[in-house]
Amino acid sequence: MTGRAAHFHINGEEYNIYIRNADTLLYVIRGKTGFTGAKPGCLNGDCGACTVIVNGWPVKSCLMLAVEAEGEEIITAEGLHGSEIQKAFVKYFAFQCGYCTPGYIMNCQTLITQYPEADRNKIKEWLDSNICRCTSYEEIEQALYSVLRQHR
Amino acid sequence: MLSKFAHAEIDSISTDRAMKIPGVRGVLTGEGLPLTGEEMKDRPPVAWGKVRYHGEVTAVVIADDPVTAAKAANLVEINYKPLPVVQTPSEAVKENAPLVHENTGIYEKDEGVNPIPGTNIASHTKIRKGSIQRGREESEVTIEESFFIPPSDHAAMETRSAAAEVKPDGKVIITTSSQAPFMVKKLMNSYFGIELGKVVVHTPLVGGGYGGKASVQQEILAYLASMKAGGRPVKIVYPREADLITAPCHMGMEATIKLWATRDGKLKAAEIQYLVEAGAYSDKAIHLTRAAAIDCTGPYFIENVWCDSYCVYTNHPYPAPYRGFSHSEVHFCFERAMDILAGKLNMDPLELRFRNAIRPGQTTPTQYKVNRSTVGDLPECIRRLKKLIRWEEGAVVRINERQLKVKGISCLWKNSTIPPDSTSGAIITFNEDGTANLISGVVEIGTGTKTVLAQIVAETLKMDINNIFVRMEIDTQTTPEHWKTVASRGTLMGGRAAMAAAEDAARQLKAIASCVLRARIEDLDIADSRVFIREEPDKGLHFKDIAYGYTFPNGNSIGGQIIGRGNYILRNLTHIDKETGKGKPGPEWAVGAQGVEIQFDCRDYTYKLIRAISVLDAGKVLNWKAARGQVTGAMSMGLAFAGREAFIFDKEGRIMNPQLRTYRPLHFSEKTEYIVDFVETPHVDAPFGARGLGEQGLISLPAALGNAISAAIELQVTSLPLTPETIWRMKEAER
Ligand code: FES
Ligand code: FES
Repeated sequence: MTGRAAHFHINGEEYNIYIRNADTLLYVIRGKTGFTGAKPGCLNGDCGACTVIVNGWPVKSCLMLAVEAEGEEIITAEGLHGSEIQKAFVKYFAFQCGYCTPGYIMNCQTLITQYPEADRNKIKEWLDSNICRCTSYEEIEQALYSVLRQHR
Repeated sequence: MLSKFAHAEIDSISTDRAMKIPGVRGVLTGEGLPLTGEEMKDRPPVAWGKVRYHGEVTAVVIADDPVTAAKAANLVEINYKPLPVVQTPSEAVKENAPLVHENTGIYEKDEGVNPIPGTNIASHTKIRKGSIQRGREESEVTIEESFFIPPSDHAAMETRSAAAEVKPDGKVIITTSSQAPFMVKKLMNSYFGIELGKVVVHTPLVGGGYGGKASVQQEILAYLASMKAGGRPVKIVYPREADLITAPCHMGMEATIKLWATRDGKLKAAEIQYLVEAGAYSDKAIHLTRAAAIDCTGPYFIENVWCDSYCVYTNHPYPAPYRGFSHSEVHFCFERAMDILAGKLNMDPLELRFRNAIRPGQTTPTQYKVNRSTVGDLPECIRRLKKLIRWEEGAVVRINERQLKVKGISCLWKNSTIPPDSTSGAIITFNEDGTANLISGVVEIGTGTKTVLAQIVAETLKMDINNIFVRMEIDTQTTPEHWKTVASRGTLMGGRAAMAAAEDAARQLKAIASCVLRARIEDLDIADSRVFIREEPDKGLHFKDIAYGYTFPNGNSIGGQIIGRGNYILRNLTHIDKETGKGKPGPEWAVGAQGVEIQFDCRDYTYKLIRAISVLDAGKVLNWKAARGQVTGAMSMGLAFAGREAFIFDKEGRIMNPQLRTYRPLHFSEKTEYIVDFVETPHVDAPFGARGLGEQGLISLPAALGNAISAAIELQVTSLPLTPETIWRMKEAER
């Protein structure tokens, strides 16, 4: 199989990884770095479980080629350890099985940093890119609002 | 490799070209494999001779990486001869319907499975209570209606996966995303004759189950693939598409319900036929069929009940359990029939339910006499729902020319018809510092049951819950068995086992302390991680001084590590009688009443959920936030199932929507307001009286939504899902 070495910044650390040009970012992060926070749920952009932060914006890592992310600042759920939003998810019971959770946390985190003044519609639009099958979304909403309130 | 056809003969399979690709370790086909299936062995793990559903596994390529495997799979050549397909249970039971299985009569099966040879009927369960004739004679009003529910899916966010390895000594190590690791162990023994002690199944945290991961499928493929590759570790991960169509789905059902009642609304007789869609293989569908029969009437007392529940093959994916275990389907049909009857009686549908709600002293369709502990308090649930939904406002209120505000209600009950000999076990080991580890066979699939188990242990040992460490992973070699993490039974069975283990540990702690404190065991008590003399609480020992035994000042030691053990088996359950269905099928019926309020657009038939309400008899709420989360999550799922979820089949039986953009669960912006209220009538056998809770929130919402929409359009809704298009079709058909 043809491939090459590529350089990634993930969660503040440097990684030299051998990749194929056709590898997705999700495949490389999960398979080659030990960070398994980003989850495969559909591999075609429908579920958002694979969301990571690239240069401050949420990206579905199943839709981005690893080569596109070379040299960019990548954060996975592990990189947000101890963050307010993570704590809020625990406090508000915003997960059950937890499979969708890292994706939501990445998505919420970027919303908080990019649009701290986000209104209801913005929030709806933003969070509709993920799917949670366990909760009714009520608790996810509460967790997000609790952090947004502190930032206003 | 997945079948492109729903029904076809396999003329030939050629794997030669695939095998030539470097990195390919083998190609598994169905040749020579034993048949599998939980109650009747009718399923080749990989199709052989013919395929019976679109998406069925036809070959498995084992390669060094997924890319190579996909490349080689394209080179496996399969020639099919298409056969006519059967797409609904009612078609399948017709005379001369194409047969999905030619050998229905001769498959190896368990006791209690009743196939009808030469037909598509894989099993039949009967309920015969009282006399329909008598019930009819005492009645003045009757209704009859038929219902249809297509197959759909669980769509857990984590797709199924499994890894397997066969060690040189014959040990089979499996890691799987499963709700039933102990069942995997048992079935590997039953299907392949592997010694039970040689099967070790690991299950880490599971990314959502809802019943879908209680079936055993991918584990078998991983094991066979590993065998094919000389025992090397093999991992199989279902892509979303396969998870939707290849893996077991959520059953479809058809039903015909006839009810007889007196003019004042007393139900007198019910004659019911359920056709549970088994799809291509009977696996769990036989059990689903039985469960449908057992609770066939919903939570009402009816003296005379006949029910024939058939498990019917079609050329569709075969079902796993789905949250509620056939109860949401049964309730959609039965609770719709109740509304239709209320209409005919010209009676308030809530009042009709209240009058017939099952009460202590009355009997179930299986002729079991219930009491407060075994059935809870449905009338109280109905009373509270009536208030919460503001029933006095009326079911239909016109907002303006175009919009209506509409309410629909319905009731529910659920027992768990799990095998009478299902067990659960727990172990508590102590650490040297006096903290404890809890090991239980309950799989954490998102229900938070293990948190509740820790609460139960903390309460029993009067310890701080933060000093109890819960082992999350299951390993069938070292974890005591919990039959399956299904049926809302974790808290009852796992809880009783954990309680017993805690009591056992307490006894041991006291025994050591009794020597040291020179006091009788009966005079000792436990609290705050201490054993002390009841009369003089400051005379005592901290757990840390006795958790590993006690050492006297001179070095003499007694005791050893404290290891508490406990188990639980359900009491006095019976198999149901083959002819009448008589028996005690499960530990208790949890009851509840639910409602929805929608805003309905009379012009384009769209509707918006305003709120959904559940009043459930929880027995005792052990963790309020977790309980509410379970219920609202189930409600959300139930509304999605009712409002939009179904597989769409083309004429050839192929599934047209195998992706999350075409099979679309509810998203954030579509959520509604949820109101949850709990009645607490203790189930005496359960820890602190808690009843099952994980499924109940889903069970009756499809019916409530159906009832609301029927009221809005003044037509009887008889099928799911309730999309604007299906409503439009009904209205157009009427013109
Ligand atoms: S896995 Fe990327 S969106 Fe679903
Ligand atoms: S918590 Fe299970 S999918 Fe969201």
